[in-house]
Parts: sequence; structure tokens; C-alpha cells
Amino acid sequence: MQLNALLFQGLIPGQDALSWIFQIIFTLLFIVFVFYGQRIQMYIMVREIEGSLLRLKFIRDEGRKIAIETIKEIGKPKTDPAERVDQFLEYVTIPPESMDPAGVVWKLEHILDVRETRFKDEVKLIAPAADETNVNNLENTLEAAAALNIIYKVIRHFYILGKKTLSLYIIMQIQMILPLIMREAEAYASALKAFSHGQPIGDGAGALVAAKLMHRHRKKKIEKDCVVAKVPLEGRTAFVIKAEGPGGNVGKPGEAIKRIVEENDGKIATIIMIDAALKLEGEKPGEVAEGVGAAIGGPGTEQYKIEESILKYKIPLNAIIIKEDIGDAVSPMRKEVFEACEVAADRVKRVIKEKTKEGDSVIVAGIGNSIGVGQ
Amino acid sequence: MLLVSETVSGLGNKMKRNARARKFSSIVLIVIVVVLALSLTALYQAYELFLMNDPTMGYYLLIGFIGLILSTYMLLQTRRRVQKFTLETKPVTTTIICPSCDFKEVRNFERGDYILKELGPCTKCEGIMMISAIYREIPEKRKEEKVFT
Ligand SMILES: [Zn+2]
Repeated sequence: MQLNALLFQGLIPGQDALSWIFQIIFTLLFIVFVFYGQRIQMYIMVREIEGSLLRLKFIRDEGRKIAIETIKEIGKPKTDPAERVDQFLEYVTIPPESMDPAGVVWKLEHILDVRETRFKDEVKLIAPAADETNVNNLENTLEAAAALNIIYKVIRHFYILGKKTLSLYIIMQIQMILPLIMREAEAYASALKAFSHGQPIGDGAGALVAAKLMHRHRKKKIEKDCVVAKVPLEGRTAFVIKAEGPGGNVGKPGEAIKRIVEENDGKIATIIMIDAALKLEGEKPGEVAEGVGAAIGGPGTEQYKIEESILKYKIPLNAIIIKEDIGDAVSPMRKEVFEACEVAADRVKRVIKEKTKEGDSVIVAGIGNSIGVGQ
Repeated sequence: MLLVSETVSGLGNKMKRNARARKFSSIVLIVIVVVLALSLTALYQAYELFLMNDPTMGYYLLIGFIGLILSTYMLLQTRRRVQKFTLETKPVTTTIICPSCDFKEVRNFERGDYILKELGPCTKCEGIMMISAIYREIPEKRKEEKVFT
């Protein structure tokens, strides 16, 4: 009560000098915040970006370190691979010009093919002792390290630019998307670890479903790193396709589907594609959903090919997706997602039973990175 | 695998130590200590004035508390930044089964393991063992909260 009165006194200048001093201090603070409030806020934002940038740098360096260690362990290089790895991390891919969009899909595909060959050759040079599976895994590891490098450099660019120009616009836009970028970086970091160990990742859910369906059946290699098996399913003939494992690669399922459709003169009753899909926040990981359309991610070239080839014969295209978030998609596969693969395999059988007649041919394509998944 | 994870954790620790050393040896620490000392003095002054029933005690009390809050906040800020600097390794398990008998073994993931890999003859029967599952389990408490289902 007495204390309250005393505190209140501080707001109105009284008789003594101390009250005046306080009054002046408060007035000065007020003026400072009116004129420099935004600048102070900006400094706080810059500091926040700085903190995240430190973390990003740590993740990037760690990623590079893991990549080099793995190369040394598996590839048994004669010289220190560090320099080559650093060059690898800086590779750029220039997308084709799309001012005249006709045919851009094939141009993009060609450039991506060249890139992949170049990467693989590079990995074989850096890690001469690695077998085919490990070359794929190392390539994936290095790509994740390169992605982390790019993320770090872009954020650093905006951080330095923001500090130089003191432009609220530059600082604010980077500060606002920073939480999402950090999530992505953490996801890449755990992907890198999974790749370097050869562990199956969440994105491989589709490939795992296909692997379970084609297990113990005769497999044939098909177009660009894929395998196909003719599997009798519910009285129908299913051509089950997946990227060849257990090395990390996604293959070209679009090419494979196109090939099988053409080999069977379009006499395919339905195509079922299984893929992992990003879930919305609040959805359970490992939820299985059905739909129509080409369930495939990536740069879009494979989706385009699938849609083109089925249009000619008007083949229905069904999709089964397994939901997971970005972190789970690239981290070692979660138990929930693993169990969802069994559910998805049952769904495939149900869709085949409901949508086709006995004796029909169907295509079942499990999409996704086949790292750590055999067949 | 062991080699890699060992260097990683070793590096993590080193980074952590470096970051801590860098953070704490800077001016920030001195400022924190000074502010803390000043605010404590102010609080003591307030107590003395309170004993003398002096009305200016309120100001000292105010200054003391503001200083205290400020310095603890700054200290927490520095600490929180330092704590984040590790990359966690997620434990991944491999499940081995024998399709012909009920043999089942769960062990840690080893390099070279992959799902549907055949591992040679079973120790109990004539069957061939294989890896049926590789996954990571997430502890119950870290799972998403179940509101708005
Ligand atoms: Zn057995």
C-alpha cells in the first residue's frame, strides 16, 4: 500500500531531484523508441538470423565432415578426398530456358541425366573401392551435403546484404521464413546421415510396398535403374515396378511404365502408383489415402511421361499415398510409416480387385528412393 | 558406422566447447555481471532505506528488479544459443526373422543391412533368415499432441 504509492510517485515528478532524473530518463527512452524503435527491432532480427546462421554453418560443416569420413571409409581413396568434395558441393545445374515451353520437359530431362552421370563419375573417381550400391549412396550423401551448403550460403547472403543495406525488407523476409528453412536444413542433415549409412528413409515407403509385393518373384531390369516383376495378384497379372535397391536411387519409373504400356499394346486395365506424400500438420504420420493421378514427385519429367503415355490408351491412373512430414520423409523410416506399407499393400490388392476383372494386366509402381530397400 | 558417429559426436562436443568459450568470454558476460552486481546493490539499498522508512526506496526497488530481470534474460539468451549445437543420431533397429520358424531378432542397424536382405541359414531350422524391417521408433512423449483429431 505504501509501496504502491511510492511506485506511483515515480510517474509524476515530485519535489526531489531523483524524481526529475527518472522523468528525464523515461522521456529520453520514449524518444529513442519513437525514432529508433524500428532500427532496434532490426538489430534484434539480425541477431536472430545470426544465431540460425551459426547453426546452419555447423550443420553444413558437419555434413561435409560426414561425407568425407564415409568416402574415406567405403571408397578407400588414395588421396585426401576433401578438395574434390568441396568442388562437388559447389556444382551448379542451370535449368533450360522456358520462354518457349514446348519440349522443355525433354531438355530438362537431358540436363538432369547429364548431371547424374557427371555426379556418378565424380563419385567413382573420389571413391574407387565403392560398389554400385555404395556409389549410389555416396552420391545421395554428397547431394544432401551440397543442398546444405547452398542453404547456408543463401541465408548468409541475405544476412550480409541485410546488414550492409539495413533494409527492413531484406532482413524481415529472411527472418520470417527462417523457421521453415531451419526445418528443411535439419531434414537434409538427417537425410545425409541416413544416406551415409544406407538406411531406408521415409520417402522409400512406395518402393518398400512394391518390394514386398515382388519379393520372391523373378525380377527383370528395366529402363534406367528400375526393376520389374510379373506378379500374380488376385487372379490378375501385375507388373510391379520399383527403383533398384538397396542403393539410393529413384530410377525412372515414368520410363518404365511407358515401356510396359507399350510392350502390352496399351492393354493395361489400370495403373496404381504408391508414393510417400507430405502430410499437413496435425495429420498422423503413416496415414494411407487413395486418389487418382500420378503420385510422383521430383522435377516433373517422370510425371509428364506417365501422363503422356496413359493418355494415348486412356488407362485409369490410381494413386495410393502414405503421409509423412518433410523431416520423416528424409530421415530413417519411422515405425509408423513402415507399418503403413503393409496397409498400403492391402489397399493395392483391394483396388485391383475392385477396379479390374480377372485375367487383366495391371501396373503397380512403387515410387521413391530405394535406399536400404532390397527386392 | 561406429567410426563416423564417433567423430561426429567428438566434433559436436568440440564445436560446443568452442561456441561456449567464444560466447562467454565476450563483453556480454562482463555486462551481465556488472548489471547483476548493480541491481543487487540497488536492492540492498532499497532494504536499508526501507528500514529508515525513506520514501525513495521504491526507485531502488524498481531499478533492482529491472536489472535482475535484464541480466537473467541475457544469461538465458546466451545459454539457449549454445545448447542447440548438436546433431542427434537417431537409433535405428533391424529386425531379422526366419520365415519357416518363429525366430526373430531385433538389433541395432549395421552398415550393409537392407530390407529383404537374405542372411544365410537359420540357426534353428533349415530356413533362410532375412531382414524383415528397418525402422526407427520415436519415444511416446515426443509424438504429436492429440488435440483437434
Ligand atoms: Zn528358422
